[in-house]
Amino acid sequence: MMAKAPVIEVEGLSTRFGEAVVHDGVRLSVYPDEIFAIAGVNGAGKSVLLREILLLQKPDSGSIRLFGKDTGSLSRSELLALRRRCGVLFQQGALFTSLTVADNIAAALREQGGLSESLIFDIATLKMSLAGFPLDGALKLPNELSGGLRKRAALARAIALDPDILFLDEPTSGLDPVSAAGFDDLVRRLKEALKLTVVMVTHDLDSLWGLADRVAMLGRGRVLMTGSMEELARSEDPTVREYIHGPRGRSARSQAAIKRGS
Amino acid sequence: MTSIEGETISVEGGAITCSGAWTVGRLGLIERRLEALRPPNSPEISVDVAGIPAMDTSGAWLLRRMIERLRGKGSSVALKGASREIESLLSLVAETRGPIPHRAPRKWGLEHVGRSAWSAARQSRDAIAFVGEAFAGLAQAARRPGAIRWRSLLLSLHRDGLDALAIVGLLSFLMGIVIAYQGAEQLKTVGANIFIVDLVGISMLREIAPLITAILVAGRSGSAYTAQIGTMRVTEEFDAVRALGISPLDYLILPRLLALAIALPLLTVYADAVGVMGGMIIASADLGIRFPQFLSRFAYAVALKHYVIGVGKTPIFAATIALVGCRQGLEVSGGVESVGRRTTESVVQSIFLVIVFDAAFSILFSVWNI
Repeated sequence: MMAKAPVIEVEGLSTRFGEAVVHDGVRLSVYPDEIFAIAGVNGAGKSVLLREILLLQKPDSGSIRLFGKDTGSLSRSELLALRRRCGVLFQQGALFTSLTVADNIAAALREQGGLSESLIFDIATLKMSLAGFPLDGALKLPNELSGGLRKRAALARAIALDPDILFLDEPTSGLDPVSAAGFDDLVRRLKEALKLTVVMVTHDLDSLWGLADRVAMLGRGRVLMTGSMEELARSEDPTVREYIHGPRGRSARSQAAIKRGS
Repeated sequence: MTSIEGETISVEGGAITCSGAWTVGRLGLIERRLEALRPPNSPEISVDVAGIPAMDTSGAWLLRRMIERLRGKGSSVALKGASREIESLLSLVAETRGPIPHRAPRKWGLEHVGRSAWSAARQSRDAIAFVGEAFAGLAQAARRPGAIRWRSLLLSLHRDGLDALAIVGLLSFLMGIVIAYQGAEQLKTVGANIFIVDLVGISMLREIAPLITAILVAGRSGSAYTAQIGTMRVTEEFDAVRALGISPLDYLILPRLLALAIALPLLTVYADAVGVMGGMIIASADLGIRFPQFLSRFAYAVALKHYVIGVGKTPIFAATIALVGCRQGLEVSGGVESVGRRTTESVVQSIFLVIVFDAAFSILFSVWNI
């Protein structure tokens, strides 16, 4: 895996909001076909980092390379092309409230141009079933959906254009344990089926243990450590230890162990 | 061989050869080629996909649809040269094909009429109930002024009154100029220059200043009330207010209602003064009526009642604007897009009602001979 060229390379990234330093020299690399998690306590700058990688927000300094391309000097069309290779599941779903679920997915496809309406709807249907969204809800508006279904609808929209990288911002937040586990499974299956690289920001220790191949732990404005959860669990860094070996961390770990054993 | 440009698909005898990337970006092209393609009429068709370097789920779906359609015509179709990747994509889209949902038929005819009539009736009942509730709250507040949220009221006074001074002043000044100019043209022809004072004074004080101020405030503050309260509904802040045991009426609506009822008359008085000043400047420039002359005629010709009527209408306008604005905000349901729709509705409705009330006052006063 490591032999391949990284799809995302972040180098020396710094972000400040006024006096508050959020990032101070963040560096990380994400390789193709892996599930990469960005973890850290609240306020560690996980979501800001994600927004910066998605080119939605400019860092104060540092470089971000996507698919080997420096994002600092992109023309408009290059930027659009890059963005189409990235699918994003926002934390609150960010579904267009005035459009039905089917139209939400169709909106991305329509922008491609040239597709017939019937094909657009067929592909939207396909994406919904890939994301495990029940098709009888396809014509509902986002606010008529439960939190779990909204996530799945948003996931269906995120994969509408068959992206190379799927970004997930807190994918399991607000889901019950059963739905959260189901969502983790769904992400893994989609990743296998669609050959995705997945980058997720999460607090969910169950997801970290059960789903992530590698985890970058953010803290004190930097990446404290990158590695598998087992490697992180052996870390001597107090922040990492506290995060992973706290009371919730222990139970998540034993559950992951049980799951793997069965 | 019927080769097709852009390298998507070609037919030769019973063999279909696919080539080029079958990905979502090129799918429109491929779909059009497929539509234009005359399918081979042989019982055995082979589909060669070895020339496809890249495929995604959308492309796989289209390929599968093509194969299904060929099979539907009774041909047996063999897939050739599929890489492991393409095969797994095809089986992925095959297992996840579900029924395509259909759009709910649009309600029309009698049912539509009935539904709209019912919802209109319910809405007007709710609106009347809301007005009643607001005035009951107001009466209660009058008995216990300590319960009024003075902070919100003062904030609202600042935002909706003080901050509106510049725009209200500018517009009524311009209105004064416009009226004076239009009047001056006519009056000059009959040599009745001095009557410019009556014209500007009465029309400004009685109608123009109250109306222009109310319309501006409806656009400025009424819309803001709807957007503020509507956004609170969307973000559940409104429910938080209720869950904290705070009455939304006392907390959100009454301060705004009271603030506007204070601010609008004051703004109107200000608009009166500035508007008349605009007329006065034109009277001096265009008709040669100097300021002292204008003012002494003003005191004589413009009766106090015009001023009183003009300002007297404004609390009604204020209540209309505040109540429409707040109510439309409360009506927001669902998503953010509803906030925009309700805000538009709020401005249109409050300006409409202000003008209707103004017309009603005019009729009433003419019947009473005031």
